[in-house]
Amino acid sequence: MRALLTRDLRLAVRAGGGFGLGLAFFLIVVVLVPFGVGPEADILARIAPGILWVAALLAALLSLDRIFALDHEDGSLPLLATAPLPLEMLALAKAAAHWVTTGLPLVVAAPLLGVLLHLPGQAMPWLLVSLALGTPALSLIGTFGAALTVGLRRGGLLLSLIVLPLYVPVLIFGAEAARRGAEGLPAQTPLLLLAGIGLGCAALLPFATAAALRVTLR
Amino acid sequence: MSIWSYANPRKFLDTTEPWVPWLMWLSAAVLAVGLVWGFFFTPEAERFGSSVKIIYLHVPSALMAINAWLMMLVASLIWLIRRHHVSALAARAAAPVGLVMTLIALVTGAIWGQPMWGTWWAWDPRLTSFLILFLFYLGYIALWAAIPDPDSAADLTSVLCLVGSVFAVLSRYAVNFWNQGLHQGASLSLDKQENVADVFWVPLLVCMAGFVLLFLALVLLRTGTEIRARRIGALRARARRSEPVRA
Repeated sequence: MRALLTRDLRLAVRAGGGFGLGLAFFLIVVVLVPFGVGPEADILARIAPGILWVAALLAALLSLDRIFALDHEDGSLPLLATAPLPLEMLALAKAAAHWVTTGLPLVVAAPLLGVLLHLPGQAMPWLLVSLALGTPALSLIGTFGAALTVGLRRGGLLLSLIVLPLYVPVLIFGAEAARRGAEGLPAQTPLLLLAGIGLGCAALLPFATAAALRVTLR
Repeated sequence: MSIWSYANPRKFLDTTEPWVPWLMWLSAAVLAVGLVWGFFFTPEAERFGSSVKIIYLHVPSALMAINAWLMMLVASLIWLIRRHHVSALAARAAAPVGLVMTLIALVTGAIWGQPMWGTWWAWDPRLTSFLILFLFYLGYIALWAAIPDPDSAADLTSVLCLVGSVFAVLSRYAVNFWNQGLHQGASLSLDKQENVADVFWVPLLVCMAGFVLLFLALVLLRTGTEIRARRIGALRARARRSEPVRA
């Protein structure tokens, strides 16, 4: 599993696998928002947590179809499936690789972009914690969606239609935690719920992902 | 004779096809009685005026929107466990019906909300959950349409239905947490005191029965169509392989 993880990471970084693309997309979305709603600092500060969360979600979505598509094209997916590693663990490793290449950079970049949006300083740690807890869930759900659509031509659009409704609870709790942090309210409850969703996804979704992969590889 | 004998498509068709027109007429009759009773022979509720009469469409369609998803969930489970094709096709057949029911509930809700709350739309938990349910239906139908191989499509959509059900329930409670709403709570439960008065309750019940019958008729009809479409596909495939067609 570790070998698979490092292989995926290496592929993502070296072979133009879109390592920086998600980050650049995140940046562009956040930069576009002030053009849309105007540059007033107080408005931007109020909507900043939500904007950052929605942008992170879209950036994660953008790179989902790469999770299995490249392996499916060059035929390494069947090979991985016949390896001694169970498919469930493969799904988990793929999600982990996706998180390290997209989720983690987003978490690291969020404070910088928060400054651009006049996010109040006291909200920064809450935003970081909520993103750090929420993005793994985004990767896990996205891996499931990618496994459902892996064999399809033009699967990208379908993938977003399937995955985005599944993102709703994560987005609600994540953005709520960041918003409460920004307003100085206690943010513990949404954070705990967010962590619960993340752990539940990590525990259960690999099985669904593996089931979908088995169907595709049949 | 067990219920599983109806998993045979032939037997399923032979049994259900004669029912479909009867169910159609019955649902039309029940709906006509319920709607006419509800629209013309109930008093106008105080505070609501005549706009309250839209509940005879709003509540039953909302009920069926959720029940259709439940039915799809059960059918998907049966397909995954027992591999009965009719079950998978019934789930597929129910999805567009559920989608339309969700849409009716949303639209009638908006039409009712305009005079009552002064707005077509509010980001209220119930309204938002229904919008999310609508998106789930869309994704489910799109996935069915996108996969060419029927067995893979049935498998993948069943898995999506299972996962989607969990996330739909999760979303339902998440939006509760997210925003307090305008929508009234459940006023039709059997065990509470503040139920709506019987004058409205009885015609509403008739309308609900009508919608259930309509749903049954549509799903049976559409399942029959799906079975026939599958059979045509199989015959075509066989003809393409230019094998002699066995009767």
